[in-house]
Amino acid sequence: MSEQRSIAVTVNGTAYEKTVPVRLTLADFLRQHLRLTGTHLGCEHGVCGACTILFDGHSARSCLMLAVQADGHDILTVEGIAPDARTLHPLQQAFHEHHGLQCGFCTPGILTTLIELLRDNPEPTEDDIRIGISGNLCRCTGYHNIVAAALDAARRMREAQKELHV
Amino acid sequence: MKPPAFSYHDPRSIADAVGLLASLDNAKVLAGGQSLMPMLNMRFVLPDHVIDLNRVEGLSGIREESGALVIGAMTRQRDIEFSDLVRGRCPLMHEAIGQVGHRQTRNRGTLGGSLCHLDPAAELVAVAAALDATLTIAGKNGVREIAFADFPVAYMTPALEPDELLIGARFPCWSRRHGHGFVEFSRRHGDFAIVSAAALIEEDAHGKVTRASLTLGGMGPAPLRAADVERALIGEKIADKRLREICEPLRRLDAVDDIHAPATYRQQLATVLSRRALLKAHERIAERPRP
Repeated sequence: MSEQRSIAVTVNGTAYEKTVPVRLTLADFLRQHLRLTGTHLGCEHGVCGACTILFDGHSARSCLMLAVQADGHDILTVEGIAPDARTLHPLQQAFHEHHGLQCGFCTPGILTTLIELLRDNPEPTEDDIRIGISGNLCRCTGYHNIVAAALDAARRMREAQKELHV
Repeated sequence: MKPPAFSYHDPRSIADAVGLLASLDNAKVLAGGQSLMPMLNMRFVLPDHVIDLNRVEGLSGIREESGALVIGAMTRQRDIEFSDLVRGRCPLMHEAIGQVGHRQTRNRGTLGGSLCHLDPAAELVAVAAALDATLTIAGKNGVREIAFADFPVAYMTPALEPDELLIGARFPCWSRRHGHGFVEFSRRHGDFAIVSAAALIEEDAHGKVTRASLTLGGMGPAPLRAADVERALIGEKIADKRLREICEPLRRLDAVDDIHAPATYRQQLATVLSRRALLKAHERIAERPRP
């Protein structure tokens, strides 16, 4: 029987208290214990970026963290990006319109990565986007549509921000 | 893939962490987890105990202290990347850190983790060699300091006893008018370098080099200071043609031959990247305002 610990963690605004094996990765905790299967596992050794989540607002590979390390912390997964069940986040909308995904396996990691990038840098260049997602592997799209979607989303989010301030 | 079973410890103080290291057998220290976690997932390491430093107080931060930057071992690479102090006083480290992994890994990865993992091609390892860093190490008998040059004892093996913990590093700053250049060749952005070159120079009013540091990463088991080239540069005016001559002997350095590149390719990179890094350093001196 493997060692266990109780943790309290907030995921997508919901507080959870769970008892977990100490060797459980954060990715497996999200997928198997919370049934939030939007976070995907590709390589499980920190190369593909599919499992990217925001940990206290910063992107991190959830396969390279232990669930016990999340005790007392705040996590955002792809399930928490959209404002509600009927409305896509502008970034998701742009991916939809620009065909920024094909099989969709890498998409959760790319979206979470871009959420942080666009928050920190609302006016990214194409290079900023390409370097920003360089830690996320996509085998379908060739990245062109992902980059186009990200740039379009950045523009939309800037305009929405402007309207808020008018 | 799942990590093997282990006991988990998350001490809150350096003393507690060192106490655990001294009392537990087959323990591994978990810093940012960007190397240890993959090794656990793939079961390349099978520790009985994992000592997580992420809740230890007093291990992170960047401060300037008598002409040097003192950086805590658990300082995230992200915090180094966005530090004005690092950008202003150790611009070589600023330039190098942008080439360390990806945003997601720099958000978690730490200075101390990188230095102790001691990958021979790691950017921060090369920077520590280039700046003659001094490391502060805590053990059950107290704290000691060690020059970074004496830290690598073998391939990916630091001079740390099983009960010792790296707690910080001191990076002496160069003059306000020094030039820096960090250049690497890797197949993809974010990969470890196949070869990297880190250059620092200072010049007198006539543009002659008065001080030089040149480090090559990725050539062998530890970063290599090109002392002969550093000496040859003193008194020289940096110019492309002369640099070609000065850097040419680097082609005869020992280099590893592996799946990523043959030794001859690394030797070629050593000459080319050294020249580029030195030229960059020289150009940056020209860009800096004269006092």
